Amino acid sequence: MTADTLSRVFSALADPTRRNIVTRLAEGDATVGQLAEPYQMTLQAVYKHLRVLEDAGLVTRPHGPQPRPAHLEATAFDVMDDWIERYRRLAEQRYRRLDAVLAAMNDTGTKEERSP
Amino acid sequence: MTRITETAIEADPKLPIIRMTRDFAATPGQLFRAHTDPVLFAQWIGPDAMHTRIEHWDARTGGSWRFVSVQGEIEYAFRGCFHEVRHDRIVQTFTFEAEPDGVALQTLWIEDLGDGRTRLRTQSLVDSFESRDGWLASGMETGVNEGYAKLDRMLADGTV
Repeated sequence: MTADTLSRVFSALADPTRRNIVTRLAEGDATVGQLAEPYQMTLQAVYKHLRVLEDAGLVTRPHGPQPRPAHLEATAFDVMDDWIERYRRLAEQRYRRLDAVLAAMNDTGTKEERSP
Repeated sequence: MTRITETAIEADPKLPIIRMTRDFAATPGQLFRAHTDPVLFAQWIGPDAMHTRIEHWDARTGGSWRFVSVQGEIEYAFRGCFHEVRHDRIVQTFTFEAEPDGVALQTLWIEDLGDGRTRLRTQSLVDSFESRDGWLASGMETGVNEGYAKLDRMLADGTV
């Protein structure tokens, strides 16, 4: 996955309506009409949001006759989680080095680097 | 209180922010010093495969800093300002000099857990989701293959 794709995923989820759509699709597939029900917005607007989610690879809609229910692609989130996890692991490595520095401060009682 | 012995991370879905939380077996004063004393800071900021050379360091409110990560012939320079330095809170900017337009605003909170442990919370705010993704992507490039070589050495020589 390129940084570009990841950007699309993050910006797609930056919108509260789209996050809400994703939350509802996590419970099961839904048609545009069903998705539009709780909102004060036109079907057109819901289509627009869906298209952003589709472009980000988060949602798919099968080809064929209407109504075409929208389906949440869970794997797209896995990739995003993977990126965040790699970043987290790097931070954890950094903090383990910090653990060691702090432990050495305990041992020597000074702030200077010392050999044990 | 639940102890967070492994770094917890959160990428805010609404704002281009990365938040992290981690507990340390140290006093708030020690954690503060490890972030403000250049000799100590250079020992852990990393990444593992690189050596850190502090070029300038004035860890006071209104001060500034600059350090260079060195690996052989390769050097990456970073700089920023210490906007606010307090014992429980540090606010600073962070810029990779090769991309001077990208500035992250970092806030660190040092929270005493009262049992010889201290919680560090950090927040990095960047100017766009694209920038944040770039930060996350930087995790792909460095460190993944570095393993725990440095920690292993510290364990071996009894530093830990």
